[in-house]
Amino acid sequence: MHKDTSTPMAVLNIMYDVGARDEDPNQTGFAHLFEHLMFGGSVNIPDYDEPLQLAGGENNAYTTNDLTNYYCQLPTENLETAFWLESDRMLSLAFSEKSLDVQRKVVTEEFKEHYLNKPYGDVWHILRELAYTTHPYRWMTIGKNLAHIENAQLQDVKNFFAKHYNPSNAIMVVAGNVETDYIKELTEKWFGPIPAGEKYMRNVPQEPAQTEARRKTVKAEVPLDAFYKCWHMPARIDKAYYAIDLIVDILGGGASSRLYQTLVKEQQLFSNIDCYHYGSLDRGLLTIEGKLVKGITPEAAEAAVEKVLDGLRNTKVEEKELQKVKNKTESLMAFEDMGIMNRANSLAFYALIGDPTMMNSELQKYQEVTVDEVLQECKNLFEEHNSTTLYYLATQQQHEHN
Amino acid sequence: MNIINTVNTLDRTKAPHIKDAIEFDLHLKPYQKMVLDNGVEVYTIDAGPEDLLQLEWVFFSGNWYEEQNGIAAATNHLLKNGTSTKSAFEINDHFDYYGAYLNRSCYNETATISLHTLNKHLSELLPVVAEIIMDASFPTQELEIYQQNMKQRLEVNLLKCDFVANRLIDEYLYGIKHPYGKYATAETYNALDINAIKQFHHQYYAQGRCIMFVAGKLPTDIFQQLNDNFGKLPIHPRTSVAIEHPVLQATQKKYHIVNDPSGVQAAIRIARPSINRLHPDFTKAQVLNTIYGGFFGSRLMSNIREDKGYTYGIHSFFQNHLSASAWIVSTEAGIDVAEATIKEVYHEMQVLREEPVDADELLLVKNYLIGSVLGDLDGPFQIIGRWKNIILNDLTGSYFDASIQTIKDITATDIQEMAEKYLNPDDFYELVVI
Repeated sequence: MHKDTSTPMAVLNIMYDVGARDEDPNQTGFAHLFEHLMFGGSVNIPDYDEPLQLAGGENNAYTTNDLTNYYCQLPTENLETAFWLESDRMLSLAFSEKSLDVQRKVVTEEFKEHYLNKPYGDVWHILRELAYTTHPYRWMTIGKNLAHIENAQLQDVKNFFAKHYNPSNAIMVVAGNVETDYIKELTEKWFGPIPAGEKYMRNVPQEPAQTEARRKTVKAEVPLDAFYKCWHMPARIDKAYYAIDLIVDILGGGASSRLYQTLVKEQQLFSNIDCYHYGSLDRGLLTIEGKLVKGITPEAAEAAVEKVLDGLRNTKVEEKELQKVKNKTESLMAFEDMGIMNRANSLAFYALIGDPTMMNSELQKYQEVTVDEVLQECKNLFEEHNSTTLYYLATQQQHEHN
Repeated sequence: MNIINTVNTLDRTKAPHIKDAIEFDLHLKPYQKMVLDNGVEVYTIDAGPEDLLQLEWVFFSGNWYEEQNGIAAATNHLLKNGTSTKSAFEINDHFDYYGAYLNRSCYNETATISLHTLNKHLSELLPVVAEIIMDASFPTQELEIYQQNMKQRLEVNLLKCDFVANRLIDEYLYGIKHPYGKYATAETYNALDINAIKQFHHQYYAQGRCIMFVAGKLPTDIFQQLNDNFGKLPIHPRTSVAIEHPVLQATQKKYHIVNDPSGVQAAIRIARPSINRLHPDFTKAQVLNTIYGGFFGSRLMSNIREDKGYTYGIHSFFQNHLSASAWIVSTEAGIDVAEATIKEVYHEMQVLREEPVDADELLLVKNYLIGSVLGDLDGPFQIIGRWKNIILNDLTGSYFDASIQTIKDITATDIQEMAEKYLNPDDFYELVVI
């Protein structure tokens, strides 16, 4: 529970401990498809959205490789409506053929819109398959291919629900101007009667340490050559995470970052360049990606990126530069905490990864990172044998598929 | 607590009692206004849980005022890429060091500089914002990098059917020469000239007209800080400048364009010229728009996504322009269902014209709208955003209250009247881009 007396709105957030990493390799995209089906009516309530809208509320949900999150916000006076709706769909779904049929189509269009009908849309399909040999991060949340979604059957949906959607696998956060006793009462009333269910024991095959660099070149019908390189990085709960998150900012956070200043502004090899990671709960990827200025070869671009990384591997960053990215982190966290929806979401996330009090201690962990740790983590991380490189090149041939 | 008893008596088919959102008493928190020594007005909202601020300098320097396409956007973009004493890197590094976000955006009538920062760093940042406004130096090399990178970005975007559709529909609605209808091509970027940019900066920023909006937990000396840094600059308060741009609508109404022969989806835009916020029908038409395609439970979403599965999303909305405006239906749908989607878009217009909305749906939409306003008033940035809209559109202070009252009072008959008046297929442009 998170109390905030300044807002007229309340938030109910339920995070389920299931993501695309929990899928069968022959049935990918299922966690996300299932998220859509959660809006197709529950056992006692034919429509989820209508009663919520009637109560002046709004909701949404998202699926990642690690988790699935559902949240709604509504006037505090009508909070019980959210308890009623969320508890019923945790109890059981309606499992209608019609809903499955429609959502299969909707997700297929989503797949087309974001991954097929967009230049560079398939990059992460290629990169994940290359960077991971074993771990289910091999596929994206949308799924490996359209057929997996199109072939989903109602019985699969029922099995998935039984395995993952019960109180044992869920974290609930309520935020707003509400009293704890009242929330306890509502929780007992609506969620208390739902059988706890079996705790899903995750047994995801872990990715073996990479020992050899992987490289791939593809040609596609795009106007510009693009460069992607990833390195395996520690999991979100690893203590090295904070130093690495700051390294990402040193490299690619904003217009004064090293990659942008050196490669876009000074050397003009890239027309844009970014550095990012997804904060994955298992070992993830740190990625550098950029589009090349026309006439620059990917080899020259890569050599220039490696030279920037050499700077980090060989020389300690200045205290001032480290302070800069710490200040950015502090500011970002403060701005993120402005809305109760974000605060509820963060609280659920920290509870999911083991400790809700991390909400208050994270900044301190960033502040404690030293220039020596940054140097050490750069040495650990940016090893060629730990890397996956993709050259995604423009082809002159028109209208050729793959 | 007697849980067993609760289990036995809990009827999950019955919704808990709700307070109808239309019973809520909604008020927009009033702003405080200060006037700097040079007459520039500053509107402020003091609220929020964290010691942080959002400051926005709104200049009347959008593409409405440019004589050559692309000048306003380039000037705005390059503002922070160097002054006579600082390089682009030094400026970026300064704001980044203090964890602040300095952004700029160019719109049609206005162009803005915005700053998000923790209060404790404000005094280090304001002098550099003032320096940018007065002394941006526009190095030639910065312009060249901008031209090269913008052309490259444009090339990628031109492969996207939605991007192409958004440009073309504006061209049909306003004409390619109108500020709302024109767009950039590679030639636009090639033609940019550093002297024209410097001249535009001088006229519309350094000596321009400005209005400021500040929200967050205000420091006690905020006025002093703003007046010290900006009150003596030769910038001017906002006054109306009459530059007219005639709208030239296309005569052809239907377009089918193959942009990418290998595309698997079609971008569909169905749009008509429309009233704007100043028109007495506007709020009523907004309620109609909500029912039609303005939220997840709308007619278009329910029919075309949730019943037929033709699309991942379909929306209708009003463009937020200050003068002429448009009402647009927008979606991306599978190529094989594009025609069927368009048919349903018109069908839903017809239903709204011919049948009154039933009481349940109308109440739901009213509650949803009021609920979303209530949620949207939560926080200083949202509140100042509403005021900014009211002030820049020259609406009166009672606009917000009047809109809320209209939403509460609107009837099914009003909705049907609006539909008869505004949702006639003959008035709409229809564009499909594959």
